[in-house]
Amino acid sequence: MPASELTATATLRKDTWWLEPLLIVLGLGAFVVYTTWAALQGAHYEYKNYLSPFYSPTLKPSWWPFSPAILILWGPAGFRLTCYYYRKAYYRSFWWSPPACAVRDARSGYTGETGFPLILQNIHRYFFYVATAFLIFLWYDAIYAFVFDGRFGVGLGSVIMLVNVALLSMYSFSCHSCRHLCGGCLDRFSSSPLRYRLWRIVTTQNERHMLWAWLSLVSVALTDVFIRLLSMGIIRDVRFF
Amino acid sequence: MPDAVMRLWRGDVRGGAFREYRVPTEEGMVVLDVIHKIQATQAHDLAVRWNCKAGKCGSCSAEVNGRPRLMCMTRMNLFAAGEPITVAPIKTFPLIRDLVADVSFNYQVAKTIPAFRPGPGEPDGTFRMMQEDIDRGQEFHKCIECFLCQNVCHVIRDHPDNMPFFAGPRFFVRLAALEMHPMDEAARAEYLRLKAGLGFCNITKCCTEVCPEHIKITDNAIIPLKERVVSEHYDPIVWTWRKLTGRK
Repeated sequence: MPASELTATATLRKDTWWLEPLLIVLGLGAFVVYTTWAALQGAHYEYKNYLSPFYSPTLKPSWWPFSPAILILWGPAGFRLTCYYYRKAYYRSFWWSPPACAVRDARSGYTGETGFPLILQNIHRYFFYVATAFLIFLWYDAIYAFVFDGRFGVGLGSVIMLVNVALLSMYSFSCHSCRHLCGGCLDRFSSSPLRYRLWRIVTTQNERHMLWAWLSLVSVALTDVFIRLLSMGIIRDVRFF
Repeated sequence: MPDAVMRLWRGDVRGGAFREYRVPTEEGMVVLDVIHKIQATQAHDLAVRWNCKAGKCGSCSAEVNGRPRLMCMTRMNLFAAGEPITVAPIKTFPLIRDLVADVSFNYQVAKTIPAFRPGPGEPDGTFRMMQEDIDRGQEFHKCIECFLCQNVCHVIRDHPDNMPFFAGPRFFVRLAALEMHPMDEAARAEYLRLKAGLGFCNITKCCTEVCPEHIKITDNAIIPLKERVVSEHYDPIVWTWRKLTGRK
């Protein structure tokens, strides 16, 4: 087809197609900047019985001179980086491949996820296993957040940590790889009724995977902010009982 | 009602341009109605492909204000009165004339799909399937082959060089229906990876956004297929196990 208005323009769309990628750049960008800064601090990550999710589990080997968060954050970071939802989000918003539907790609060449390094996205299910292991520690932390001087109590931090780990769990267990492993890999559901039931439950939440991805992203950052501010003495915890 | 201002693509492989038409409209009209009115009153030689006018034949795919849509399912009251509405042919496939594109690429891809291969069945010669075994595939059977998903997929829309190596979303839906069929025993992971180019898809979900049948192409067809290919080819534990045991 000869060059014309039809092929020369990047898009004929007239709506605000650029708004969604812009919001994602701002949202994800802010999270990455804050998380990197918080992980590099190596301080103010715990307050009494509260522990920041960026530092759980806290590994402090004597030979490691840097922040303990660096030793563990590869796990949850890898899970989010290879997540099918986030892939859509950052391929569209940061790589412009494509920035929106029926809007031209920013780059001339394209090989998708067929070559290195993007072929590594295929190990997402292993990051799902890693993220699940992290959840065990985070649930322990959330329960421990209700123990004040050996007695049960509830503080604002306890509630925040509980909500955070609940949202992280919803995000992890609504994952597409989890859905596949629970039962999506089967061709005959009738031969595995339990797995079929599990697959249906995961499927209902998988439809909300984007929602859980964003809610858990915000909650994990806010939990760290809250504990950091407590630790720095800028705010005080509220004890309900 | 005010006249609709329609900017239609007029031209063929040698070139063309958008041409403006003003058309009186009535309550309840869809874009295809307006196109037919232009054809009947102002541009008798306007080429447009259509058939059922009910969103079921998948013939009248076009790009309305830059968004891939079925013209027969796009109501005129979606647009502000008097606002110019641009209608262009689907961009990914070669233009024949005006609003008609040559979609034969898709029929060529269809021929390469490994066919349904049923297993041996029950000893009594039958094959029993439970409702839950076939529920998942029902969604895939809704496809009307409008090829809007193929058209919007940037893998071939913006990079036509990939066409020989990429089947496209419509055929991933077809492959998912076959792969998840309880009777089928054919192995398609190798085809999906090497011939159908599943790895080209970066799951940006435009196919799902434009599907007039609301098939969740990415979540229910493409990603489950990707996971199946991972199990076959990229799973390091399975790979190590096969290396150690020599099993396939």
